[in-house]
Amino acid sequence: MSTITASLGTDRVRWLRPTLTVLVAAAVAVGAPFYFAPFQVFQLTMVLVYAVALSGLNLLTGFGGQISLGHGAFFAAGAYTAAVMLDRYDTSHLATLPAAAAGCFLLGLGFGVPALRLRGLYLALVTLSFAVFLPPLLKRLEPVTGGSMGLTVNKMQPPAWSGLAEDQWMYFVVLAVTAVALLLARNLLRSRVGRALLAVRDNESAAEVMGVRLSLHKTLAFAWSAMFAGVAGCLYTWVIGFVSPDSFSFVLSITLLAGLVVGGLGSLYGPLLGAAFVMYVPSVSQDVSEAAPGVVFGLLIITVMFVAPTGLAGLPGRVLGAVARRPPRTTAALDRMPEAESAPDAEPESQALSGPSETHTPADPAVVDAEPVGAPPRTEKE
Amino acid sequence: MSAVTDLLQQVVEGLGSGAVYASLALALVLIHRFTGIVNFAQGELAMLSTYVAWQLVASGMPYWLALPATLAVSFAGGMLLERIVIRPVQGAPELTVVIVTVGLFIFVNALAGLIWSFTVKDFPQPFPDGGLDVSGVRMDWSTLGIIGVVAVVMGLLYLLFQHTSIGLVMRAVACNPASARLSGIRVGWVLMLGWGLAATVGAVSGVLVAPVLFLEPNMMGGVLIYAFAAATLGGFDSPVGAVVGGLFVGVAETLTGAYVDVIGADLKVGVPLVIILAVLLVRPQGLFGRAAVERA
Repeated sequence: MSTITASLGTDRVRWLRPTLTVLVAAAVAVGAPFYFAPFQVFQLTMVLVYAVALSGLNLLTGFGGQISLGHGAFFAAGAYTAAVMLDRYDTSHLATLPAAAAGCFLLGLGFGVPALRLRGLYLALVTLSFAVFLPPLLKRLEPVTGGSMGLTVNKMQPPAWSGLAEDQWMYFVVLAVTAVALLLARNLLRSRVGRALLAVRDNESAAEVMGVRLSLHKTLAFAWSAMFAGVAGCLYTWVIGFVSPDSFSFVLSITLLAGLVVGGLGSLYGPLLGAAFVMYVPSVSQDVSEAAPGVVFGLLIITVMFVAPTGLAGLPGRVLGAVARRPPRTTAALDRMPEAESAPDAEPESQALSGPSETHTPADPAVVDAEPVGAPPRTEKE
Repeated sequence: MSAVTDLLQQVVEGLGSGAVYASLALALVLIHRFTGIVNFAQGELAMLSTYVAWQLVASGMPYWLALPATLAVSFAGGMLLERIVIRPVQGAPELTVVIVTVGLFIFVNALAGLIWSFTVKDFPQPFPDGGLDVSGVRMDWSTLGIIGVVAVVMGLLYLLFQHTSIGLVMRAVACNPASARLSGIRVGWVLMLGWGLAATVGAVSGVLVAPVLFLEPNMMGGVLIYAFAAATLGGFDSPVGAVVGGLFVGVAETLTGAYVDVIGADLKVGVPLVIILAVLLVRPQGLFGRAAVERA
């Protein structure tokens, strides 16, 4: 079969390129805080924080096909877990991380159960109203959460041996957590869980027939996703040192979804690009006008959905594909997106297309690896 | 004031706000019936229409002239929006459509802020001050006016759908677009018409609520959640359900705010969340909706 020979031929390239990319990225990431000014280092730190939240949302929306307009609420839950622990119980910073992760995992599990019965837009409705409801609830729980004044907690101090400034130390801590989180997300997607998730997204009935337990995996997807958002919230508290209900309005949830869509749904490094967007678009365009970030974001989301459903992360592949003038091949990444199946009755066609084209896009090997769903080998007419 | 009159008073106020939720829910339901889309930007479109009305009034146009002008602009805007933004994703998976309407939400919200700034504006109240006093229960003219306007909108929509040829065509499209197209109906135009109508009905809700909430770009954010609850409760494909649901949600919100101390005024926004969850778990098609039958 042509696909097998193709993948064997590019095997070395496939192994070499990601390794090089990772090494270069690691070198840049480690060097950055020594090069930039403290404020810029802070901004980079926040990009990493958002990247964790977005990779969680990506698990749910990009790979699981479920829509959440309430991830800001899980983010807030994580942030408040950390803040309350630091404020009231004087725990160490590191102790708040597992607590926030576990708490949000359970919260997500609780939300995952109604999510089973709610598909598509209903899930979006419920999560949105949860995100709207949370800030007033936080204000009400004043004895614990400090009400609308919020809580101010100590930032993490660099240990003396490191010789680093506060912002640099913070950056490295967040970088480490982010790296672990992104690795976890990647491995999760390559595991049974990830394959089941993709199968459920692409065709629920088929996945169920294959033996994927829908209820388990959809609930778990929500739980994992909430956990990532919670971890990001916890990091947020570490970095900012202040939480207030108004920082977590439903606008945050919508911004997270917007960032993910622009960065690239269903791509492993889409969350990083999206996080950079969430961080920098407001701070750059805020100079123009208070409303400018929204205008840019809104237009970008619609444009991305129209012309590049794979977002920024998928853009190089699409452009290269277009240059190579192999129009059917360029849709490889796209086929993995739910959007690609433009009409329900066009489904068999697009799935047939995705078969041979996968191996020709080594740009995102992890996703390619995650693809086999335990499906029987496709019979190809080529 | 006795407990009963107090209760009745709360119910009347609930009906007043419920009528506003009902009209926005009606707009949501109209679009959902025609295109199967839940428009997350509906509230923001209503807010934009309200700004148009405000601009017209501020530039010296009398209120009762500015209103029809606003409705006409909204109608045209809704039609354009369907053609430009929604048609390209028609038939795409729900995820895509929801994201596009969310994008529209962000865009319209920011656009209003860009043009008119985020400062709160006074919106003229069309109804006179004062009101009726029926055995101790006070009914403001504004409350009665809102309920009356929504009733009129309901009646007009009923007449349009049940007693005109356009209405018949629209119902045909909502029922089965493919068959409608085969029998010579231009489905694209009807869809545009549906969005235009929805935008107009939404504009009515915006204009009605603006004097109470004061006009600002985030005005409709809260109202939208209540309208979602109303549409979910009534069933997303039932206009009657939207109105009944809206009134119910309004009364439920006011009563819990007034009588359940734990909830109070600040946590009232939890009411729609509870209603949406309860309806979806117990009777997902809503009170008046038809259950979707799925062929695997």
